[in-house]
Amino acid sequence: MNWELLPQSIINGILTGGVYGLIALGVVLIYKSSEVFNFAQGHLLMLGAFITWWFAGADETGEELLNLNLGFAVIAALIVIFLLGFLVERLALRPMTGQPLLSIVLMTLGMALLIEGLVSIVFGINVKPNFPAPISRIEMFKIPFEYQYNGIIFVQKLRLAAFLVAMFLVIVIGLFFRYTRIGLAMRATSEDHELALSAGINVPRIFGFSWAFAGVIATAGGVLLAMLTGASLTLSTVVLVAFPAILLGGFGIFPRGDHWWHCSWISYRNCQDIHRD
Amino acid sequence: MLKINNIEVIYSDVILVLRGVSLEIEQGKIVTVLGANGAGKTTTLKAISGLLRTQEGDITRGSIELDGQRIDKLSPEEIVRRGIIQVLEGRRLFSHLTVEENLQVGAIPSGVSRAKERENIEMVYNYFPRLKDMSRKTSGYLSGGEQQMVVISRGLMAQPRLMLLDEPSIGLAPMLVNEIFEIIKKINQESGVTILLVEQNARVALDIADYAYVMENGRVVLDGPADQLAENEDIKEFYLGLTQVGERKSYRDVKHYKRRKRWLG
Ligand SMILES: Nc1ncnc2c1ncn2[C@@H]1O[C@H](COP(=O)(O)OP(=O)(O)OP(=O)(O)O)[C@@H](O)[C@H]1O
Ligand SMILES: [Mg+2]
Repeated sequence: MNWELLPQSIINGILTGGVYGLIALGVVLIYKSSEVFNFAQGHLLMLGAFITWWFAGADETGEELLNLNLGFAVIAALIVIFLLGFLVERLALRPMTGQPLLSIVLMTLGMALLIEGLVSIVFGINVKPNFPAPISRIEMFKIPFEYQYNGIIFVQKLRLAAFLVAMFLVIVIGLFFRYTRIGLAMRATSEDHELALSAGINVPRIFGFSWAFAGVIATAGGVLLAMLTGASLTLSTVVLVAFPAILLGGFGIFPRGDHWWHCSWISYRNCQDIHRD
Repeated sequence: MLKINNIEVIYSDVILVLRGVSLEIEQGKIVTVLGANGAGKTTTLKAISGLLRTQEGDITRGSIELDGQRIDKLSPEEIVRRGIIQVLEGRRLFSHLTVEENLQVGAIPSGVSRAKERENIEMVYNYFPRLKDMSRKTSGYLSGGEQQMVVISRGLMAQPRLMLLDEPSIGLAPMLVNEIFEIIKKINQESGVTILLVEQNARVALDIADYAYVMENGRVVLDGPADQLAENEDIKEFYLGLTQVGERKSYRDVKHYKRRKRWLG
């Protein structure tokens, strides 16, 4: 191993890791609200990226497709996946209420296969390299650093922007859960379904919202990644990479004071130990 | 205000728990339901609040009417919107949320503005001044009595007309029980909230209630004005723990024993 490549890898790792952190939030969101581990989360992400590409990107030959403005395309994709999230909860999850958890989780696995199949039929199985991006992929900041091979660390501007956008979204989501009523209702529901029902919260609707928001978060993460790598079916596997981020999230990201973060996102037990005062 | 007409409740399609229960609750009153463990008190409350369905329970006969309208087919959140809130047994609260967040959750179904919500929070702090100092504390770390105060307050935040309280005295020291029951009485008198109070602690419950029912084995076996029931010999012996000291064992005791068997069997 060439240690002189390490600084560059660390920088890239941190920047991409920020996006993974955002993606992990989507999985945790559904898991915490309804205890379902959603195996289709990566596929929602991939689907969101493909829809954005279809709205605003160009195919392999460089020919434009629908040729929408990138901003519009992203918003349109977010809306589509938001509605799809609701629909999935309504049509696939809710009828399974009361079934063993394993069946429900396996159903999400089936859904993953379904999305993968549909995407490959509609968009084809090859990588879409011409994913639109606001900044060219080859623009770099060059930072002199003597321990790096060649003495320069390259920071891809687009990657840095993706990192900043992801961090911004994580903060916005945090504020959303902290200060909005629906965010509060979701935190309450994640703790105790029956209690939430008794308090007059429409719990099925909250599940619907969880899926819709999870889809939105997935799409945001998928678009950020696809800008860096192009849209491809393998995007769905990043959720596996994001999994460690889910585990780490409980310990490092936000310090003590922000107990809701630990408590409602990660695990009951962490919360009890860390926040006993 | 609320009328339960001869309801029968079955869990999981086979377990018959309520065998024809009828209750009537008058507007503005405190009505208590007494009964031993497993008598079906909680089941009765869940039948009213619509929470039975989450337990695979079903009302298979009879009806529940609020101001003449049937509510036994409505969803829990719709029933809350009609003004009935149930405060669950065992002071269950959203333990990861702060005290104030718990109260805010309570306000969600009422859909009031943030300003009105603030006003209501101050109103419940008036009833429970102790909570005000703890508003930012994580509710899971409060003492049992404080938690009971939080769950009652959360119920009030929904601006209910009828509040169903399930054993608020359970596991609390007598002093605290008295304090909380005083406040329940005050809420009833000042805010005009009708209260259906399920209790095993008959003494305190009969003290604040206007009317009482006694349940056993899924049936109502006795009912009457609270002060009359408090004088009832059976209630005295089996619920208030009072027996006439020094009385000679006699045929009367045997009779009592039989009655007891009928009640608890
Ligand atoms: N979900 C359920 N499924 C099956 N049986 C149940 C269920 N819930 C309660 N029961 C049974 O119904 C009966 C009445 O229960 P319920 O909880 O209404 O009693 P209770 O009067 O509230 O008792 P306690 O004072 O102990 O709270 C009990 O025999 C109980 O075992
Ligand atoms: Mg009970």
